[in-house]
Amino acid sequence: MADGVGVVETETAVVFDGDRPLVLDSGAALARVEVAYETYGELAAAGDNAIFVCHALSGDAHAAGFHPGADRPGWWDNMIGPGRPLDTDRYFVICANVLGGCKGTTGPATADPATGRPYGLGFPLLAVRDLVTVHRALLERLGVGRLLAAIGGSLGGMQALQWALDHPGDLGGALVIAASGRLSAQNIAFSAVAREAIMRDPDFAGGDYYGRDRRPDAGLALARMIGHITYLSEESMRAKFGRRIQDAPEPRYGFDVDFEVESYLHYQGQSFVERFDANTYLYLSRTMDYFDPFADPVAVQRQVAAGDTRYLVLSFDSDWRYSTGHAREIAAELRLAGAPVTFREISAPHGHDSFLMPNPDYHRTVAAFVDRLASEA
Amino acid sequence: MRPDLDVVAAMVGEGERVLDLGCGDGVLLEHLIRHRGCSGHGVERDADRFHECIARGVPVTQGELEAELDRTAAGAFDCAVLSLTLQATRHPDRVLEGMRRVAPRRVVSLPNFGHWRLRADLAGRGRMPVTRILPHTWYESPNIHLCTLADFEDLVAQIGMRIARRTLLDELGRASRGLARVRPNLLAVGAVYLLEG
Repeated sequence: MADGVGVVETETAVVFDGDRPLVLDSGAALARVEVAYETYGELAAAGDNAIFVCHALSGDAHAAGFHPGADRPGWWDNMIGPGRPLDTDRYFVICANVLGGCKGTTGPATADPATGRPYGLGFPLLAVRDLVTVHRALLERLGVGRLLAAIGGSLGGMQALQWALDHPGDLGGALVIAASGRLSAQNIAFSAVAREAIMRDPDFAGGDYYGRDRRPDAGLALARMIGHITYLSEESMRAKFGRRIQDAPEPRYGFDVDFEVESYLHYQGQSFVERFDANTYLYLSRTMDYFDPFADPVAVQRQVAAGDTRYLVLSFDSDWRYSTGHAREIAAELRLAGAPVTFREISAPHGHDSFLMPNPDYHRTVAAFVDRLASEA
Repeated sequence: MRPDLDVVAAMVGEGERVLDLGCGDGVLLEHLIRHRGCSGHGVERDADRFHECIARGVPVTQGELEAELDRTAAGAFDCAVLSLTLQATRHPDRVLEGMRRVAPRRVVSLPNFGHWRLRADLAGRGRMPVTRILPHTWYESPNIHLCTLADFEDLVAQIGMRIARRTLLDELGRASRGLARVRPNLLAVGAVYLLEG
């Protein structure tokens, strides 16, 4: 991946403040909203080549390229860059940390202008719709009008979907990948347990742990471990770890980490704690639980009719977090509302995480769909 | 566009919602969307042809025709199309029933295994026929349920559908203008049916 977009930096913009607060779907307001974002490629003179990348729960604005001195690229580097499906020689690609995030965009860790102290659980609950509102405010700031496409996996796909439904005319295409239009009881159950892990951590302190010596690291790590199990497939875990013992030929027999898979989960948990905020995990996972864009079918039909967005809905056969059934439901709801929808289930071994992986078959479909959108723009 | 697809297209109404089962490269749907004001959706199993549909801007699901038909909501379309594909399905009768469930009008085209050339191959040479419309050798053919026009029309009657229109096809897949209509089951290479009811 040496020939990607190169060295990039995250920028920030204040998109709501002063006399223009952000009014949320719930009616609550945020006096000031700052957004962290990155862009790759150049906006065409006609302004018709912009693609917005929406990230998932644990993502951030750094989707591609390398930060100065970094040895790992952005989270979707295999998708974004010259000659890649989101070809930065042709398209202007934008990715922003979501509202409620912890990687530069206003969220629970941000100081509330009214008190000067971090919001913590005083931060308002968010809807996917609110995340989109902030994306649109950023685009206004960047001088981008209609998008060629919005694309995302998981929570990112939910944003692309909500965006298309709420703002007919905004998007040429919506690429909704490994997403759900309505979390199942099982999905919500996993999210609930992850949140419990955080909130029961003695260091959680009601979400007001900023500035203290201790944070709910154990809880957040545990939440990540639970989540991670649901992101992988049984098959990929079997292939990756089997029943191998960590750093030893024989089991040690005890309750400490012994199997490789345990060691891996611990590592995932620990490294997550170093880069993520527990409150953001609570807020964004709750946002996903309540996501229900097809709740009012009449409104959906009206919105679809008012726009001309083309949809690509993709799922992965090994994804059991948001299985193909979820994707089919999204496709069926959209089609019922009269939208043009292309659907494909892709064979990939990596479970829910497949949307992040380089996979020629998957990339071919994304590239073909975006290419067609570009030819119509 | 293939001549037989012209015949199919002529049976699809202006502005209809069309489901094309086994839509191939999407050329029929592209034509119907672009020139006839239809909205369309295709089902295609093959990955290359699925991507050709994307390149044409034709909405498409990659999947097995029979499974996708089962998943389609009742009455979701005005017209369901099955061109030169019925004979390759596992349960042709169920496919027709499924098409009735999802669309009040159905356009079905099929090769006629009763055509005299095929009969001659079988009766005279004692060989499974290989022709322009049935180009596969028996062991690699996807066509597992071949029938004659008479057989097909029997099935249509049996499941209580009505033949609203029938256009016979000649050797090149065009609407036949010749003698075929005298004895279709012997002289037509294939046919396109508009089924209702």
